[in-house]
Amino acid sequence: MKIALKNCQLIQPQQKINKKSNLLIEDGIIIKIGNLSAEDLKHAEVFDLKDNFVSPGFFDMHVHLREPGREDEETVQTGCDSAAQGGFTGIACMPNTEPALDSAEVISLIKEKAKDHLVEVFPVGAATVGRKGEVISPMAELFNAGAVGFSDDGVAIKNARILKTSLEYSAMFDVPIIEHCEDESLAGGAMNEGTTSTFLGLPPIPSVAEDLIVIRDILMAEYTGGKVHIAHMSTKKSAQMVREAKAKGIRVTAEVSPHHFTLTEETVKGYNTNTKMNPPLRTQEDVEAMLEALKDGTIDCIASDHAPHSLEEKEMEFEYAPNGIVGLETQIGLALTELYHKKVLTVEQLVEKFAINPRKILNIPIPKFEVGERANLTIIDPNEIWSVDISQFKSKSKNSPFNKRLLKGKAVGVINKGKMILNGKLKEI
Amino acid sequence: MPLSSRHLLGLETTPKEDIKLILDTATTFKEVLERPIKRVPTLQGKTVVNLFYENSTRTRISFELAEKRLSADAVNFSVSTSSVSKGETFKDTIRNIEAMKIDMVVVRHAAAGTPLYLTQLCDAHIINAGDGIHEHPTQALLDMYSIREKLGRLEVVKVCIVGDIAHSRVALSNIFGLKTIGAEVSVCGPATMIPRNIKELGVKVFYNIDEAIQENDVLNILRIQLERKAGGNFPTLREYHTSYGITNERLDKNGKDILILHPGPINRGVEISSEVADGSHQIILQQVTNGVAVRMAVLYLLGTQN
Ligand SMILES: [Zn+2]
Ligand SMILES: [Zn+2]
Repeated sequence: MKIALKNCQLIQPQQKINKKSNLLIEDGIIIKIGNLSAEDLKHAEVFDLKDNFVSPGFFDMHVHLREPGREDEETVQTGCDSAAQGGFTGIACMPNTEPALDSAEVISLIKEKAKDHLVEVFPVGAATVGRKGEVISPMAELFNAGAVGFSDDGVAIKNARILKTSLEYSAMFDVPIIEHCEDESLAGGAMNEGTTSTFLGLPPIPSVAEDLIVIRDILMAEYTGGKVHIAHMSTKKSAQMVREAKAKGIRVTAEVSPHHFTLTEETVKGYNTNTKMNPPLRTQEDVEAMLEALKDGTIDCIASDHAPHSLEEKEMEFEYAPNGIVGLETQIGLALTELYHKKVLTVEQLVEKFAINPRKILNIPIPKFEVGERANLTIIDPNEIWSVDISQFKSKSKNSPFNKRLLKGKAVGVINKGKMILNGKLKEI
Repeated sequence: MPLSSRHLLGLETTPKEDIKLILDTATTFKEVLERPIKRVPTLQGKTVVNLFYENSTRTRISFELAEKRLSADAVNFSVSTSSVSKGETFKDTIRNIEAMKIDMVVVRHAAAGTPLYLTQLCDAHIINAGDGIHEHPTQALLDMYSIREKLGRLEVVKVCIVGDIAHSRVALSNIFGLKTIGAEVSVCGPATMIPRNIKELGVKVFYNIDEAIQENDVLNILRIQLERKAGGNFPTLREYHTSYGITNERLDKNGKDILILHPGPINRGVEISSEVADGSHQIILQQVTNGVAVRMAVLYLLGTQN
């Protein structure tokens, strides 16, 4: 099977590519880049991409798939469908399932379930057994089974000693410890501590709860030489500390979730449980600090922290509702609207944060535009104006605060593993 | 003139005119409460559900009495006697209650924002009887009523709320209501019990109780939650009493004629000494009487809307 993608705006910053070109793909492999002759196009199905961006497939390194344990909320299959719909060809899934991803068997199970999907799934193993923070997980076994990092996400690694051990041990495989930065003793509130929490009478989570773990982890990364990745960074202080640590050459990287650069704590007014997440929505100052940190490279990548919850779980009193929102199908639109069109990031920077850097952090090969390479790409129409409609989500869960939000820019297609989804239609290529 | 809202969820968004209307209406009902037959037929045929997810005998009895004095049919629904303990969701409980054709719900709940959520789930008028550490509007209204009754006005009266401000719905509602009506509001307590951003609400902060006494006309003393906070936000009850307890000695030392309110129930010897609790400065029992009148006013004003 042969397809031709005509009029692509190819973007691959690692190869310094940002040019108008055409791609010829046969059996999932790129066989020609550039001008395509009549001979090339013979027997090829031709798609005119009308100058849409074509980049290495986007990768979301922070997704909760809920399988095993809560298949009513999301499965490997529906999570991958959601990722593909959102413009991703690869995801890393977090280990806070039931049971946790703390054994080679469960890691293999996830890999097995995902093997035929267009979207590649890379499990993040639990850093400690049962995510309890007591003993480190069998990291070598997990690594050999396919784990690309370790995390106790949902919580930070419990104490400094376990963190030290985790970093020393994981450094042997050169994979990062991915940290949900929140001091346990300050956790448990329902929203960011500030004027809004006082007005709403909601138990507060102080931003210093995040900052304390960020600085602990930076110091420990420096001390052990291990790699720390700060998940869903949300505070101004954390950004500043990561910036300084990077300048010192400490091996720390960071991600931000779209809600933390688009929404503030004010959104919680009205007690909509889809505005409840952890870390919580912060202040305007923090949002601006996230934009600044995206711009200057302090933040390496954008990740959704896709956290599906059933309607029944979210339809309740705010304080009792679980944290988290789904994000796979809204994040590219949000990033294009809020970062690209508002000139916070160039398109090359956007591709770095969505396709290049997350793979670098997890030591996953980065797709290139080269003859002989497997086609693994995302097609983006930067100018399509659309409105988020949760009823159209491929995800099993609909818990999004962005329903009905107008966005400019959308992922219209993905190609990977010999499969293509264009405008919602799946095709073997 | 009707109230501008169908519900009483909190005083943050309640306009001055509405607060005045409630307080003025309460005056009328207070007269009713002094008659030999303390009952009016105003809400005959209306059904009010007292939905209490938290145990609060005082508030519930006050509402019940107010409902009976207005001739409404009152139904009590509290956690211990309901199916909540069997795991029914809040939403299902509300759907069930609404199916019984009710007109008003008085709700007390441990989670902030629940009364607002209730307005999205059913058509009845909702009265917040305390939600988490958010608001307790009828308590603040009765406090304001009591101050006005005693001092003749609320405008430019200096009111200091003393105690655990960070975990008090009474404090927050009082701050909103008093600010709206034009009083000067301050808070006093240990720093651990005062929200970080309290100044953004336009209130002054005292950490020293003697200064607070000297600079204010009214002290509203909050109950210290013995079971909850001792050891967490202050070292011992003794130390709290030494630092913030209101005693005759302290009042004499500051040589001040000051009005003392307490929403009850009181912890004698903790936030207030026995002699002050029974003394000439306080109006604690008048507050209880006024509570019924204020709640009658709220029920009447909402219940007679169409
Ligand atoms: Zn997390
Ligand atoms: Zn997460």
